[in-house]
Amino acid sequence: MTTLEEVQTRVHVPLVQPRLPRQAPGIVGVIAIAFGGLLLVLGTGLVGSVIIGAIAFLVVLPVWSLVIEGRRGATDRLMTGLIWTSFGIAVVPLVSLIWRVISKGAGRIDGTFLSYSFFKTQIDQPVGVYHAIIGTLLITLGAAIISVPVGVMAAIYLVEYGKGNKLAKAITFLVDVMTGIPSIVAGLFAFALFTLIFGPAYVSGIGGSVALSLLMIPIVVRATEEMLMLVPDDLREAAYALGTPKWKTIVRIVLPTALGGILTGVTLAISRVIGETAPLLLIAGATDRTNMNLFDGAMTTLPVLIYGQNLRGDAPAEAIAWGAAFILIVIVMVLNLAARIIGKIFAPKKG
Amino acid sequence: MTAPTAEVEDASANWAKARAGVGDKIFAGTALAAGCVILAALAGVFIFLAIKGASGFTKPAEVYGPHAESFLGYVVPLLIGTFTASIIALIIAVPLAFGIALVISHYAPRWVAAPVAYVIDLLAAVPSVVYGLWGAFFLAKQLVPMHVWLHENLGPIPLVGNLFGEPNPAGRSVLTAGIVLAIMILPIITAITREVFSRTPRLHEEAALALGATRWEMVRMTVFPYARSGMVSAVMLGLGRALGETMAVTMVLSVGFDLSWNIIATSSPTSIAANIALKYKERSADLLNVLVATGLVLFLMTFLVNFIARWIVGRSERRMAR
Amino acid sequence: MNLKSIRNAAVPGIAALALLMSACGASNEDGGSDNGGSESGLSGNLKGGGSTAQEKAQEAWKTAFQGKNSGLTIDYALLGSTDGRGQFVSKALSFAGTDSYFKDEELEAAKERCGGAIVEVPAYISSIAVAFNVPDVDTLNLDAATIAQIFDGKITNWNDKAIADQNPDATLPDLKIAPVHRADDSGTTKNFTDYLAKAAPDAWPYEPADPFPVSGGLSAEGTSGVVKQIGDTEGAIGYADASQTGDLNHVNVKVGEEYVAPSPEGAAKTVAVSPVVEGRDDSDVAVDVDRTTTEAGAYPVILLSYLVACETYEDQAEADNVKGYFEFIVSDEGQAEAADFAGSAKLAPETASKVQEIVAGISAK
Repeated sequence: MTTLEEVQTRVHVPLVQPRLPRQAPGIVGVIAIAFGGLLLVLGTGLVGSVIIGAIAFLVVLPVWSLVIEGRRGATDRLMTGLIWTSFGIAVVPLVSLIWRVISKGAGRIDGTFLSYSFFKTQIDQPVGVYHAIIGTLLITLGAAIISVPVGVMAAIYLVEYGKGNKLAKAITFLVDVMTGIPSIVAGLFAFALFTLIFGPAYVSGIGGSVALSLLMIPIVVRATEEMLMLVPDDLREAAYALGTPKWKTIVRIVLPTALGGILTGVTLAISRVIGETAPLLLIAGATDRTNMNLFDGAMTTLPVLIYGQNLRGDAPAEAIAWGAAFILIVIVMVLNLAARIIGKIFAPKKG
Repeated sequence: MTAPTAEVEDASANWAKARAGVGDKIFAGTALAAGCVILAALAGVFIFLAIKGASGFTKPAEVYGPHAESFLGYVVPLLIGTFTASIIALIIAVPLAFGIALVISHYAPRWVAAPVAYVIDLLAAVPSVVYGLWGAFFLAKQLVPMHVWLHENLGPIPLVGNLFGEPNPAGRSVLTAGIVLAIMILPIITAITREVFSRTPRLHEEAALALGATRWEMVRMTVFPYARSGMVSAVMLGLGRALGETMAVTMVLSVGFDLSWNIIATSSPTSIAANIALKYKERSADLLNVLVATGLVLFLMTFLVNFIARWIVGRSERRMAR
Repeated sequence: MNLKSIRNAAVPGIAALALLMSACGASNEDGGSDNGGSESGLSGNLKGGGSTAQEKAQEAWKTAFQGKNSGLTIDYALLGSTDGRGQFVSKALSFAGTDSYFKDEELEAAKERCGGAIVEVPAYISSIAVAFNVPDVDTLNLDAATIAQIFDGKITNWNDKAIADQNPDATLPDLKIAPVHRADDSGTTKNFTDYLAKAAPDAWPYEPADPFPVSGGLSAEGTSGVVKQIGDTEGAIGYADASQTGDLNHVNVKVGEEYVAPSPEGAAKTVAVSPVVEGRDDSDVAVDVDRTTTEAGAYPVILLSYLVACETYEDQAEADNVKGYFEFIVSDEGQAEAADFAGSAKLAPETASKVQEIVAGISAK
């Protein structure tokens, strides 16, 4: 390259790069769909046509863009296409799954299904999943009672007291590691712990709570930690300046300010563990009847019930399984909504 | 929030100080204790699994069943099965999850993003049994043609072809198990990456755009570097889930013990977690010890994987700080 | 302010919760308080567990017996046979259900637990069907050796000569055989492989056991998984409880010179002609199922599951409950309930009367 050429190119750089018309993705999209449709008519399978159509879209648009907009524009078009495609690919199975649960499960729900247990005195008596709903709620509540204080206090230690010392670093690190504990390992831990103490035939709901709390604690710690760090230091300093002791500052100022976020974190943690099957299968067992006592005897939960009904495999059992799955999702949905509402109510007043 | 101020004003200074000192000590102690509970819990997991599982390492050959004579022979195929399925799941799930997260945080208009984010949160709570049902009795059948296609088209290629040997007639291969696992860990990876993506400082993004960056360049230059540590955490959490996922693999995978490269084989080694669920139903005391021992191996493996991941994240963060 | 409002809400909240908990039983579980005073009714809670094969039969028995005794609740935990026996010995359970009888070395501990003889009686018999899914083939005759070779992966195509020779009338397609076995450990696998090992020792070199011994072939979890898998896959063949196989076709198994389809009667007959294990107490009816029987009409691929209890219990109520429940199970009525609901085979009359007599001997010290 000579200097002259360089100068010339510099002179000719336009202020606005040429761009594809705004409708370009739409045009290419229509062409790609038409192309796919043609293939479908010509006898390629549905899946094949969709895949080829999508690839055509992903190739044609960036190439067009490369010609007109240059390399950077083409990369952007390609990545945008890929990101939306990945979104499409991922959402299809997820939505199909939710749809399957709702369409197969919602029809099974009625008053009997919600208020009866599996306990029967006549062979053709209707059954319900009340006992499993109670079991799920109690065991999850137990897990929350164990993990929320531990998690919140640990987060307080990390943010307010431990700042950067060795122990705090170790805890932060191990909490991270703990998020990766497989649920079956948590179940085996509870199983090993309780059978070693109470003998090999021990089953109870609290064992399930302990296993689940192991999975919940790291999520609670992380959520609380983030929220506490968001509380502005001005608030703390203002309280100290007034002579308020540190613990009171935390309890009266910091925690209430962060309460909304913490509650959201806790509900998210709950919705992550409420569908766990494996640990409960190991330690909480299953029964036909409603068990209100967390500390004694087997306790059925919804996921375990779904698993058991699926193994039985007959048509009524399968309907019960889908119905129970539907209830579980509704419970989680309600929890999520509640968390959002509570979060709004307790959000620190602005201004 | 005026209550604390009022109380402090009421109290005489000395008394308040003395009480505050005690209160502070108690409170700080409790917080410290909670932190230590976490340490103790992790140590407890290791200790109790070790106590219960110790004898599982050295049982007589017949306890390990027809396919293995020692603990090592029993657990190695399971470990390979665990990692095969998990790695397939990660390869599929991670790009997709980042894609969804980006769509929600940066690409889609709010009216699309908010409901999608909500649905994905819900999906994190769908019990794995339901994924298993869906995978074993719906998805697997749909994937049979794909298995045949993979075998016919990729099978003859040297090296890569080894992965696509004789296809599974029912579609219930490691590949399918990996796909189901991928779908299961999608929500959790998405939820976390979406969080960190959306926390990218607005100013960074706007600065990049103002300099003429395309949207993708903005994402690559501001969002990804800022979110790197969170992205790694999300992937690790997903990997942890995949490694430990029990029910879906239990229900989807057609189990065997022969090791091969073929990921669409008729039977493949299952995962440690799935094996525990399968064997637990007809357990004997000896077998239970063996199962707990395999659980201990799984625990140590996930610990190791997480440890390495944190170390990598920590290193890259330090480098960036410099 | 926020905290205060929480505190204010807490007291009535807890009170409401307590009120709720007190009225919280499932609507169908209030039987006990309503008419608990029925004259002959047993009461209390009877704990049992073990064999998963008995799940449906136990549900039928439990339901009917709870209907007769409104004060009584029965738990049957699905622990698996081995753990069921173990927990019975450790006194965690009052009775157990098991697919294989107490081994000699376990018997000592069991007798110690009971402070005397144990009661061990056959209670649940079901045929294991070898079900297949081959287009345009409705009936299939196979001998044990051929079945063994199919499941061992030695015969791999439906038009194999060994199959064709036994089925001259069938149009066997050129189709790969996909043998389906249980992925989980199960008594069904143990009984099926026991049949293969005894009836075709040359073709099946493996020991009978809960896990399936051959690697390769399709596997699925649970009877339901196997059945669905066979139905979904052309060319599949698998083994499963005959009453659960839906509309799948069953293989006629060669017994003597004839080919026999699975049936409850055939299963009961096999048990009736099988020898009882020698050298045990009178109350211990352990049966070695005769897989090589040539009795006309007998179907030897069966699963035989036992009920186990003590002959004497410390506690009167426990003895009464176990005795009452066992008497009901082995009675004609109980066996009919299970046959209706779970599709099991009723005990043959001679077996039934012997077992009824033993069960009647359960008592307290």
